[in-house]
Amino acid sequence: MERTGHHPQLAEHFNRDEPRVNWHDETLWFIRSKRDKIANTIPEWEELREIASQLKNNVLSNLSEYLIAFEKNATRNGVNVHWAADAKEHNEIVHSILQKHGVTKMVKSKSMLTEECHMNEYLEAHGVEVIDSDLGESIVQLAKEPPSHIVLPCIHWKKEEIGELFQKHLGTPAGNADPQFLTNAARLHLREKFLTRKVALTGVNFAIAETGEFVVCTNEGNADMGVHLADVHIASMGIEKIIPQRKHLGVFLRLLARSATGQPVTAYSSHFKKPRIGQEMHIVIVDNGRSRQLGRKEFRNSLKCIRCAACFNTCPVYRRSGGHSYHTAIAGPIGSILAPNLDMKQYADLPFASTLCGSCSNVCPVKIDIHDQLYKWRQVLVKEGYVPAAKKVAMKGMNNILSKPSLYRTAGKTGRWFLNHLPFFVKNKFNPWYKQREMPEAPKQSFGEWYRKRKV
Amino acid sequence: MSSREKILSTIKNNQPEFAEVPEIKKFAPFFNDACEKFVEVFKSVGGKPFVVKTQEEIILLIHEHFPDAKRIVSSCKEISSIADDYTITDDPHSFENVDLFVIESKLAVAENGAVWINDNDIMIRALPFIAAHLAVIIHKQNIAATMHDAYNKIADMEYGFATFISGPSKTADIEQALVLGAHGPKTMTAFILND
Repeated sequence: MERTGHHPQLAEHFNRDEPRVNWHDETLWFIRSKRDKIANTIPEWEELREIASQLKNNVLSNLSEYLIAFEKNATRNGVNVHWAADAKEHNEIVHSILQKHGVTKMVKSKSMLTEECHMNEYLEAHGVEVIDSDLGESIVQLAKEPPSHIVLPCIHWKKEEIGELFQKHLGTPAGNADPQFLTNAARLHLREKFLTRKVALTGVNFAIAETGEFVVCTNEGNADMGVHLADVHIASMGIEKIIPQRKHLGVFLRLLARSATGQPVTAYSSHFKKPRIGQEMHIVIVDNGRSRQLGRKEFRNSLKCIRCAACFNTCPVYRRSGGHSYHTAIAGPIGSILAPNLDMKQYADLPFASTLCGSCSNVCPVKIDIHDQLYKWRQVLVKEGYVPAAKKVAMKGMNNILSKPSLYRTAGKTGRWFLNHLPFFVKNKFNPWYKQREMPEAPKQSFGEWYRKRKV
Repeated sequence: MSSREKILSTIKNNQPEFAEVPEIKKFAPFFNDACEKFVEVFKSVGGKPFVVKTQEEIILLIHEHFPDAKRIVSSCKEISSIADDYTITDDPHSFENVDLFVIESKLAVAENGAVWINDNDIMIRALPFIAAHLAVIIHKQNIAATMHDAYNKIADMEYGFATFISGPSKTADIEQALVLGAHGPKTMTAFILND
């Protein structure tokens, strides 16, 4: 797949097929509508969002203590706790556990953290086969693509294309694109993996400081199928997954699935506390830039995220540009405020991939001020010099014009004259603003001119 | 300095001023009857609920709905006459061909149709996932209204593994078309004992 270029180029590529963009847009809006419908049935919905947000404030303010408590309690439960400063160390730790057991095949349930760490690529380069077991993830894995959405990894794929993919890789009959049939084919294919793999890796949705246990939410049951049949369970978690007490799950589990897919709760909310008899359990606690983001006052709220993707589904830009146009593991509005923390140069385009309409902040179950942070990142990125030269020149030019009234009046007049007399100068493909936009009809006179001439 | 020390010291330096843990106030349920709500929501998540009066009824319903089930596994005394028992030392892989697993849940949640299952009761953690079909017996009085009520009951419970299960395993990854039976059970039945 195309992963070079920045958001505007990648979005343009996605927009070449207009009916497909419309289909993508409508599919995601359908999920957003389901979220609204179910949220509206809970009278205390807004209070829940507020409590969740405050709980996360507490977590961020006391994170070092909570992590120490979590480590102590998990260790007491018989779990091996590892710390990884960055993606490389995370991958090395996972690999060392596999090596210790002499295992070269592993089954994995959904973990966006391992996507962020590019763990599959790392392990494959070291001779380890990783099988993604979430249906959507297994589809994009067969297609050698990254997920385009954190909850719905293959939301950009049509069933006919999945039918062809399965025909090629799983030997299903040509022309069969029935979701029920294809899901069953994947079930049979993956069941054999679950039954034979010795190591299973999962992500972590919530880690409880008080008890040292962690919770993994799935609809398919793939995390549980992998883990309960494997000799070794590895769980990868970002430092921000901590919550104080078990009872706080009541708040987060009420919000998560309703915000994500409009379901009352995921089919499975599994609480892992101790390894089963004879099993070995590992938790890898990963920083990878999160502690740095915690120190950025303006942006630390992004660490409250519980990865529901409600902000993706509601975002007019995400819906019309597709997840791959964000060229990072976590796309969408939240990804656009997380990514510049990892690499300002590489992801300088993402905070600009937004209309700043604020819909993301309105649906966020933990009330992250996403659109404000996007706006603030733009300022940081311009100051730090990471914004493309053309945008910078245009911004400087606008600043010059808007700060000098006489220049502003002349520029306005010139612009109107060109739009009325020589529209080609503005309406051409060399004007980036004209792409996918209609230029306005230019009025004969400006508001200023009308105001001065008006009869009192 | 180890990664652990490095991470923890950076966090300590960077974390904001302490903010209190907020209180979760008591929310009144947004419905009147917990059992009715459970039945309604459990259906909406793809489950099949039956309100029954006796354990004989449960056995009859199992015969009626799972006529082809060759291997029924359960440790519930209610259905011991039709199911095989098992022990904690059994290999989880050996349950691969189980048609129906039946378990009693001591806690269900009305608002989301979930039932709470833990390894003190099921012993083999893989069983509710590996079986082709899952059935749960719930006493009506054990249905809590919301997740807050549920967690108040299990806040201090000891277990190695526990899970809330809400309906059969499912996916909508292919064009948002809901398919029941992704990797786990294809159906989930709830017998609600109103005795």
